[in-house]
Amino acid sequence: MADYHDIPGTVVFDAEQSRLGYHLNMFCMSLMTAQNRAAFKADQAGYLARFPMTQAQRQSVLDRDWNQMIQLGGNIYFTSKIAATDGLSFQQIAAIMSGVSQPEYAQMMLDGGRSIEGVRSKSENARG
Amino acid sequence: MARIVAGVATSHVPAIGAALDGGRADEPYWRPVFAGYEASKAWIAELKPDVVILVYNDHASAFSLEMIPTFAIGCAAQFAPADEGWGPRPVPTVIGHPELAWHIAQSTILDEFDMTIVNRMDVDHGLTVPLSLMFGQPEAWPCPVIPIAVNVVQYPPPTGHRCYTLGKAIRKAVESFAPDLKVVIFGTGGMSHQLQGPRAGLINRAFDTAFLDDLTADPAGLAAKPHIDYLREAGSEGIELVMWLVMRGALDDAVREVRRFYHVPASNTAVGHIILENIPPSEAEQQ
Repeated sequence: MADYHDIPGTVVFDAEQSRLGYHLNMFCMSLMTAQNRAAFKADQAGYLARFPMTQAQRQSVLDRDWNQMIQLGGNIYFTSKIAATDGLSFQQIAAIMSGVSQPEYAQMMLDGGRSIEGVRSKSENARG
Repeated sequence: MARIVAGVATSHVPAIGAALDGGRADEPYWRPVFAGYEASKAWIAELKPDVVILVYNDHASAFSLEMIPTFAIGCAAQFAPADEGWGPRPVPTVIGHPELAWHIAQSTILDEFDMTIVNRMDVDHGLTVPLSLMFGQPEAWPCPVIPIAVNVVQYPPPTGHRCYTLGKAIRKAVESFAPDLKVVIFGTGGMSHQLQGPRAGLINRAFDTAFLDDLTADPAGLAAKPHIDYLREAGSEGIELVMWLVMRGALDDAVREVRRFYHVPASNTAVGHIILENIPPSEAEQQ
């Protein structure tokens, strides 16, 4: 296990994640053109079928399960292109990924952001 | 000869560019962010650099996962603002400085930094937001810009120490370029932020403050900070801060901190900004 696997609520986009997520991320990259965004919106499942992704990856995209996409090898700078296609901001998907409403998340940021206390280390938390 | 006279570090949050482009800079949410750069804009307008070397990272715009250069230098005559999914930012085309860029590429490669040479590259918010913060909304950017892109998206990014020593190699390259040019180097990205997963929204003011202090006073010590410290303490995207060390390495060991600004939040991110100047020999003698 790498040292960064000890960080709670965080998936580091390392070699393993990149290998798993290559086709998922390259699908996201295809959304850089207006033509492809339109094609994706018109037939999402059909568009996803063009990419050699796993069925679980395709389903996570259809479900807009942002955390699951990250678990399956997605990188946030790539998956955020799906958000842009949907008209969602970075802050809106950050709220979804951290399990709070957008107003709650925005207020947390105005109040100085999420505190580091308690989210440094899984092993430290387990020891209490 | 050409010389680097100062370094600028700043966050490059895309929402800042969107706010400026959308005419929302005067809204209560954004006003403090832009107000924090007013003195810096006056500073650089007075300094009038001939060239800016801008260290930044691409965010899946010019580089996907097909090719992931650790260090890339833009040697083209110009660089178009990238379409990041919403259309390109309405900002001027970035004019390069191919002669100096090629010189830096050759010099740093012979200095054992294996730079990737890029002749075609659209530039995303990572490069254009810092220009907007420092130069506002001109018809054309006031000087040529040499982009240096650092991979910080695919783990592992280069170490802080590698970035710091690259800065030193860039300085050596600039000082071996004959034309008498005044150069300012920008390091961008950061500060603490995490954009993904259940820990999204992380901000660590104590980490950021210590980072700014050490950037000025103890850069060699700061360069030894391991990646795990950035990932854990500053968030998975806070590791962008290694790019500030390229800027710092290109300056003197002892510098003058002329400006510092810190603000939370800009969307998901802590905005940090610092300006460091080399102390001119004439003044150094008097001290």
